[in-house]
Amino acid sequence: MTMDLIIEAIVALCIVIGGVFTLVGSIGLIKLNRPMPRLHAPTKASTLGVGAILIASMLLSFWRGEGSLHELLITGFLFVTAPISALFIAKVHLHRGEMAQDPPPPPMDDVWATLDTPPEDLEAGRPDQPSATPAE
Amino acid sequence: MIDLIDLALLFTYGCLGVSLLLTMLRLIAGPTLGDRVLALDTLSINAVALIVLIGIAGRTQLLFEAALIIAMLGFVSTVAYCRFALRGDIIE
Repeated sequence: MTMDLIIEAIVALCIVIGGVFTLVGSIGLIKLNRPMPRLHAPTKASTLGVGAILIASMLLSFWRGEGSLHELLITGFLFVTAPISALFIAKVHLHRGEMAQDPPPPPMDDVWATLDTPPEDLEAGRPDQPSATPAE
Repeated sequence: MIDLIDLALLFTYGCLGVSLLLTMLRLIAGPTLGDRVLALDTLSINAVALIVLIGIAGRTQLLFEAALIIAMLGFVSTVAYCRFALRGDIIE
């Protein structure tokens, strides 16, 4: 009985933590004022929130005796893919010139790699030069 | 006696609903393309959390596959949108 109550309290705490972190991530997404800072809030906070909710689900299923580590799959997948999608979105901001200030010149090359269009693409007339795609 | 887990579930349903709404606002209003892609990504992550919560509430393991598939499709669609924005093409 006491053990029941302790497990229930831990699961409830994990669920509440997950909900609060998800809410904080979305508030950051709506409240921060520039595109690049806006990237921080959801990619970190929402991943943590989903992680806490999945931990709660795992704990509960183990306590009921039908436990499985399925949820670890989702947790691992989200933890691996969240930085990758954040990097891709940051590259989109960099590419389309949507940042508050221009990036510093790269230390070794002439231009940043995402702005470096190969000559054969220029001949083919690809519309991906940053000057050809003004920010919306 | 009040069930602690049901209480926490109610609170978290509210939190997730509000955060889905805020993300939707950013998706509609967001001034740049990157913001819209980010809002879609956040929307799919929040949907995964909501599905797992419904699975906890229903005491079932059946909804796990749905959550996994939405997580994978969300990541793939984010990468596809970003590729399209970066290169003007998805598969070259």
